[in-house]
Amino acid sequence: MARSKRELQEINAGSMADIAFLLLIFFLVTTTMDTDTGLVRVLPPFVEEDPLDPPPPVNARNVFVVLANANDNMLVEDEYMVIDDLKDAAKEFIIGSPSNPDDMRFPEFKKVEDPELIQVFGANQLISKQIISLQNDRGTSYDLYIQIQDQLAAAYREVRDEVGMEKFGMTYTQLAASNKESDKDKANAIKKLVPQRISEAEPKDIDQARVAAGRSN
Amino acid sequence: MKIRKDKKRTLPPVSTASLPDIVFMLLFFFMVTTVMRETSLKVVHVLPKAQEVAKLERKSLVGYIHIGPPIKALQSIYGTEPRVQLDDAFATPKDIPSFVEKVKSETNEAEVPLLTYSLKVDSEAKMGIVTDVKQELRKVNALKINYSTGKKEKKKGRI
Repeated sequence: MARSKRELQEINAGSMADIAFLLLIFFLVTTTMDTDTGLVRVLPPFVEEDPLDPPPPVNARNVFVVLANANDNMLVEDEYMVIDDLKDAAKEFIIGSPSNPDDMRFPEFKKVEDPELIQVFGANQLISKQIISLQNDRGTSYDLYIQIQDQLAAAYREVRDEVGMEKFGMTYTQLAASNKESDKDKANAIKKLVPQRISEAEPKDIDQARVAAGRSN
Repeated sequence: MKIRKDKKRTLPPVSTASLPDIVFMLLFFFMVTTVMRETSLKVVHVLPKAQEVAKLERKSLVGYIHIGPPIKALQSIYGTEPRVQLDDAFATPKDIPSFVEKVKSETNEAEVPLLTYSLKVDSEAKMGIVTDVKQELRKVNALKINYSTGKKEKKKGRI
């Protein structure tokens, strides 16, 4: 009788904190907080080579050729170049010279046809036919390849920033990061006006002699 | 007199009754945010650094392809040439299609087009092996890739 009437003893919760701490430390140790960053690219779809139906030829002046060989030397538009100069050279090419369309160093231009772009920029806006062609050797180091990709991306971004500054008083980066819908549209318009066209050639061995010749110039 | 005496009494100890609650709160936070390491790396990669990087969202929609020289313990067997690692094992570029198929089958069908393949490549590696992997990815129409790089601060000096 007396026993059953006795109240149940409360469970001691003093060690709860210890147990929780133990678990906490386990998760602290196993957690990986590193965010994955990188250069996002879209590969061109795979096409079987068809000798009967070659792709349409591209006017050579529209192409900005970047070669990298197995010794990590770089040949840009047939001239030896170091990585620090690549961004400015690419920028110069991307901007081109709309006022002087006969300058053979720079790409051709065509008039904007997209109605969306005409609405934003007006009917007489010119759009460059630029393409940057990147070719690397199997022996090129991955580091150099990434640096080239990075510099080219930087060149495009800076050109876009300048266009944004000129047209809207805000850089492309600011427009793209903005929360306003109108700013996003502007950013997209700039993106269409200055499209990032980096073409990667099928792998092949680049003649080292060409790079050496370029350097001696 | 008596009141004064009371005031001189030492402070009662801080109650630790809410400590478990606080710790549990932290615990739940870490439990929810934790992503368990799924693979153990068999290759070493020191990632190159770049400026124009973007963050990779949705970790569940990423397939990882590691390329680099084998770790020290395995170098006696596999040498020091950079190799490809898919999931937990060494592989060759020829294994990429089946890897892509596996990643796709593990993903919700509606989200398959959003899949990204993250190339974690050692900066010392040569482009030859990277190109092989890229060609295989193109063949199976896995076109969205991400060259995993560290973030470089706005530069002055060496590139």
